[in-house]
Amino acid sequence: MTWRRLAAGGLAMLVLLAALAMGAAIGETRIPLDVVGKTLANRLWGAGYGLDPIDEGVVWHYRVARALVAAACGAALAVCGAVLQSMLRNALADPYLLGISAGASSGAVSVAILGLGGGFLSLSLGALIGALVAFGLVALLALKAGRGAAAIILAGIAGSQLFSALTSFIVTKSANAEQARGIMFWLLGNLSGVRWPDVGLALPVALIGCLVCIAHARALDAFAFGANAAAALGIAVRRMQVIMFGATALMTAIMVSIVGSIGFVGLVIPHAARALVGVRHHALLPVSALLGAVFMIAADILSRTIIPGQVLPIGVMTALFGAPAFAVILMQRPVTR
Amino acid sequence: MLAARNLTWRAGGRTILSGISLMAAESEFLAIVGPNGSGKSSLLTLLAGLRPPRAGQVLLRGVDLQDIRRRDVARVIALVEQQAETGERLTARQAVKLGRTPHLGPLRPWSRQDDRIVDAALASVGMTGFASRPWPSLSGGERQRLHIARALAQAPRILILDEPTNHLDVEHQLGLLELVRARDLTVIAALHDLNHAAMFADRIAVLDRGRLVATGRPAEILTPRLLAEIFHVDARVEPGPDGRCFIRLLGVSRPAPEECPAR
Ligand SMILES: Nc1ncnc2c1ncn2[C@@H]1O[C@H](COP(=O)(O)OP(=O)(O)OP(=O)(O)O)[C@@H](O)[C@H]1O
Ligand SMILES: [Mg+2]
Repeated sequence: MTWRRLAAGGLAMLVLLAALAMGAAIGETRIPLDVVGKTLANRLWGAGYGLDPIDEGVVWHYRVARALVAAACGAALAVCGAVLQSMLRNALADPYLLGISAGASSGAVSVAILGLGGGFLSLSLGALIGALVAFGLVALLALKAGRGAAAIILAGIAGSQLFSALTSFIVTKSANAEQARGIMFWLLGNLSGVRWPDVGLALPVALIGCLVCIAHARALDAFAFGANAAAALGIAVRRMQVIMFGATALMTAIMVSIVGSIGFVGLVIPHAARALVGVRHHALLPVSALLGAVFMIAADILSRTIIPGQVLPIGVMTALFGAPAFAVILMQRPVTR
Repeated sequence: MLAARNLTWRAGGRTILSGISLMAAESEFLAIVGPNGSGKSSLLTLLAGLRPPRAGQVLLRGVDLQDIRRRDVARVIALVEQQAETGERLTARQAVKLGRTPHLGPLRPWSRQDDRIVDAALASVGMTGFASRPWPSLSGGERQRLHIARALAQAPRILILDEPTNHLDVEHQLGLLELVRARDLTVIAALHDLNHAAMFADRIAVLDRGRLVATGRPAEILTPRLLAEIFHVDARVEPGPDGRCFIRLLGVSRPAPEECPAR
């Protein structure tokens, strides 16, 4: 059993490393894998290979950082989606359900268009603050509305609608066409601005967040028959709700503040993972994380290469290629009533 | 073993239960009967400690349930809800394995012992052959038997059952009640079939509109008069061995108009 787990873990690491290497090699200019390897060796332990400094710079400063952030983001969003779907017992739950992406966009436009913070706030920080404010409001509303799954979902819808409307209001009232297009682009998700400092934020957040969720795998299993059944199985439901909703909200808010709200991953990857390994969270969460990471790196590669000379928003790619792939998985699922 | 003291519970601006005092002794089978909406399910969730009462206490061996950690409660008390469904595609065996949750932890991983307990629980409800079937493919009665198996896998001292015979055919209804009575367990079960209560319960508690109206041995409680007053049915009651009885239902009773105020 433990051997199988170790083997599975090793295999997962290999797949992830391969995806990261592809992410670093493929782009507008194709850089051979051995150059990628040598760049990493130079940078990580000063191996001192002689390389074209431009190639080395592109690989290290842009592509590796970008692939790492894509992986962190994909893993975090997929795990958040899986956790929320289980806690809310709703197959349609995704990381943005609790108002986070709507709040982030309001925060971002407040900074970018209204000039909130007087130049001291970055777009990212504005988005993060907006996301957390919106989540706080949704959480408060859910508490008042009775804490049940339906109450939480409805509170999330109300919060999301409110902040979406606020964003539209600000954009239509104050933005010029150029700004509006920029915001639109940002909202669909965008990895082009990603550099190493973003890795320093995204990677630890994704790692810690996913580990916190995986540490609660057994408790998440116990929610299969609802919160009452979980309580009867010895789960402290309130505490669990605070930890899980808090952790997923923080992870999602930070990812959104770095790359915008990339859709689809958090909704669909968990279902793909369930189709592969079943519903037990010990397997479901790590597999969701891996699939999410690899899928996001692949989507990023596609977004950079599919139209030569143009980078498409990654959110467009995730849905454009993810939806058909998911349809295939759905159709192969054994039919039950 | 488990005692309720002056329990009151309110929900939706109404008092659902008021002033209920009740106790179940070690290894006793206590049946709770009453019309729809009389508060049986509400009382059972309070007894299982899932909600704090508005007033009063539930005492487990003398300690207030609200003062005991959830996990420690779940090692002693198992609950089978009246309705518990899932949209997850877990297998029958995985559903039963959930029963081991309160016994597991970071320092106490899943073991062979747990596998044996789960196998035994599946076997005791005759579901061994269904172990790998996905939940959505199971019939209502099969699901109900798995819920019971999950509660048994929890290895509790007290088993709280909310209409456990729901969806079961006659054989499995009697089989289930015999099974839980044969175990050395304290059983508290809400039952609709009064003959089941009469056959299996050591004592019966009767709820009506949130109040406890009577408790006692089956033959003392299930009288034609009580059946007419609480359940509005005409019945003949035939005495049976050791304080038990058999009920023959004759039809819905038609009380004089003044006895039936508009509700
Ligand atoms: N959360 C709630 N909010 C408002 N009313 C409630 C709530 N829970 C239960 N009730 C009401 O309390 C009363 C008792 O409900 P309960 O489910 O305990 O009845 P019961 O005796 O189990 O009925 P049944 O035989 O139909 O299962 C019902 O009238 C029900 O509508
Ligand atoms: Mg009930």
